[in-house]
Amino acid sequence: MAGNSIAATIARRGGKATLIISGARLLDPAQGLDTIADVTIEKGRITRIGKAAGADGESGAELIDADGCLLLPGFVDPHVHLRTPGREDEEDIASGTRAAAAGGYVTICAMPNTEPVVDNAAVLQSLIEQAESEAAVRVAFMGSISAGLAGERLSDIWDLADAGAVAFTDDGRPLADGGLLRAACQAARLVGLPLSLHCEDLPLSGGGQMNEGAVSAELGLAGIPCASETAAIAHDLQVAAYEEARVHVAHVSCAASLGSIEAAREAGAAVTCEATPHHLALSDEAVRGLDSNFKMNPPLRSEGDRRALVQALAAGTIDCVGSDHAPHADQEKEVPFEEAPFGVIGLETAFPVLYTDLVEAGELPLEVLVRAMSTNPAAAFGLPVPAIAEGGEASLCLVDTAEEFRIDPEDFQSKSRHTAFAGRMVRGRVLMTIAAGRVTHRLKDRAGS
Amino acid sequence: MNKHLLSINDLSRDEIESILTTAAKDFLELSKRDIKKVPTLRGRTVIDLFYEKSTRTSTSFELAGKRLSADVINVKAESSAVGKGESLKDTVLTLNAYNPDIIVIRHPHVGAPAFVARYTDAHVINAGDGKGGHPTQCLLDIFSLKQEYGELEGLKVAIVGDILHSRVARSNIAGFRKMGMEVTLVAPPSLLPRGVEALGADIAHGLDALADVDVVYLLRMQQERHADAGLMPSLREYIARYCVGRRHLGKGQRVLHPGPINRGVEIDAELADSPENLILQQVEAGLAVRMAIMYRIIVDAGADQAAAEGERDAAEAAEAGPEIKNIRAVG
Repeated sequence: MAGNSIAATIARRGGKATLIISGARLLDPAQGLDTIADVTIEKGRITRIGKAAGADGESGAELIDADGCLLLPGFVDPHVHLRTPGREDEEDIASGTRAAAAGGYVTICAMPNTEPVVDNAAVLQSLIEQAESEAAVRVAFMGSISAGLAGERLSDIWDLADAGAVAFTDDGRPLADGGLLRAACQAARLVGLPLSLHCEDLPLSGGGQMNEGAVSAELGLAGIPCASETAAIAHDLQVAAYEEARVHVAHVSCAASLGSIEAAREAGAAVTCEATPHHLALSDEAVRGLDSNFKMNPPLRSEGDRRALVQALAAGTIDCVGSDHAPHADQEKEVPFEEAPFGVIGLETAFPVLYTDLVEAGELPLEVLVRAMSTNPAAAFGLPVPAIAEGGEASLCLVDTAEEFRIDPEDFQSKSRHTAFAGRMVRGRVLMTIAAGRVTHRLKDRAGS
Repeated sequence: MNKHLLSINDLSRDEIESILTTAAKDFLELSKRDIKKVPTLRGRTVIDLFYEKSTRTSTSFELAGKRLSADVINVKAESSAVGKGESLKDTVLTLNAYNPDIIVIRHPHVGAPAFVARYTDAHVINAGDGKGGHPTQCLLDIFSLKQEYGELEGLKVAIVGDILHSRVARSNIAGFRKMGMEVTLVAPPSLLPRGVEALGADIAHGLDALADVDVVYLLRMQQERHADAGLMPSLREYIARYCVGRRHLGKGQRVLHPGPINRGVEIDAELADSPENLILQQVEAGLAVRMAIMYRIIVDAGADQAAAEGERDAAEAAEAGPEIKNIRAVG
């Protein structure tokens, strides 16, 4: 049931019947594919990998000269805030999914911490309908765990599952009540869906503004200790394992949290987890300038934590990259650091930043990054798995890894400009995205036409 | 001196020495005269923008500006458009339209002075930003210590009390260390920020550590910031262990406190009234030091501008012909 709803949440727009992407390096680690070949796409499906029959241009097919580019399975983001309904001034389904397409994503998971909260089937159904007419990529909606995100009683979890929710989460807030977490595990298990958990001991975070450590001591900002995440992950995974629930740990930020995740897996628990591009690329040293574009929760941690996250991603302990794309209005972020809300956007910068900072730097194999941004999150949430395979639906992105470019927030499709990576010189620009068989992003002046 | 004074780290040791010399030579004696005014900043506009309650810092800046003959405007958050929901950005843009020369800002949030500096052409002076810093307090404290002890190199200072909530402690650790002093922080663990040892101070948890220092710097217990956070078992127990009195002091040890003091909390009444504390000298020093800061920030900026223009002229001259190249060296 969930899969059917997911297949439908993308706007139906026309396109050329046949597309030939010629000369790219095709890399799909999950298929064991790494070769240079043409890809022929007809009516939204990959019909041929290899020398294209219509490549002479006479057949009416559109030919994309992708010589030297990288063709990847399209990205899947397990963690996006679309701010709809309620804060469409910050992001709406159209702008958020255009941003996703520009970042190479073909499916994104939308968080339910909206106004109203997605805690009942009526809200979810209206969102799915809205996505069907507006969304540039597939949107998989999560329902909330607790009614109104109040952390007191369960939301309509079974109705939400019937209506097409792909998972449940109170993201933005931890579940403070172990009994409620247990009940959520039991309810989700009945419908076979996972929980995505924001693990944090709020009293231990104590109104903190940034990572607790030497930098917070020097700046005079209240710190959020790693213990507030690590202790909560240990607690929540114990409960989830006891109830044999599938859980996904959102935005892991601390080295000390990784042990709990490994231990839970060794004990047989079905645990996936994600790290964000900003936690993988930046440390709390970036907060010294007190720019609110470096304020997020969990906060940027120490350089040691950052390195541990990258190693855990390389080793497979962390299996997904989630952007935690969190748009805010200018007037909310253009204030002194302590007054600003947590959260920055990430859909349009995730791949280039990670490709440049981790892959080019030799810290992470490209194959691991591709799996963590595509195959793994799709599998974790039961979403269509993008693949470069004959007969399959075309959900792909084409990337230029040669030319360096400057990240300019003015170029963003998102309504928000608040990124931690403004001005960075990076490689790995997404030239084209084909989501569910349709071209949903095409960089002007590039990628043909 | 830089365009702004946002943090004590904006100043080198030489720049600090130079500001203190200006304060001692040109401004300290002024307060003793009948006519306590000099024309130094005549025609200049100073805006004191205060978002927190303050007695000594706000009066000190106001008086410093007035004694330098500047036009001084005081804006207090509680009686301004801030109360009507105006953002800091918009308040600063509005005030900037008056073309002020200096904006002095006191704000409850870290980094507010740097934020203000983004939206104004004026020189910005940090008069205290949340728990971040208080660079002018640091300078006046260094001034007071210099007046009392002469040589600062190797002087040992204990900073005692609520370090967690103290912007003064943060600026003074950096400033004192910059002047060659040794700093020990004395507080229970819950009032010490985690990671503070990275700032280059020693840590102690009991008042017995005072035996090893020359100067005792007391901080106000900021009970309003504790907000029932349960940072200690009880205030009574804290006072029994951390309230400093004359009995804790050795011969020649002096006590400083940035004020306002909580009698009977961090300082006992006898010590508060004793000549062993330099609290009122600090207040007096504050006026002279803030006059020196405002004077230097304007004069140095003028000199920088003149130098920049001189360099530009020299560069143009150099382009015009090699025979007058040596102007650059003179300029």
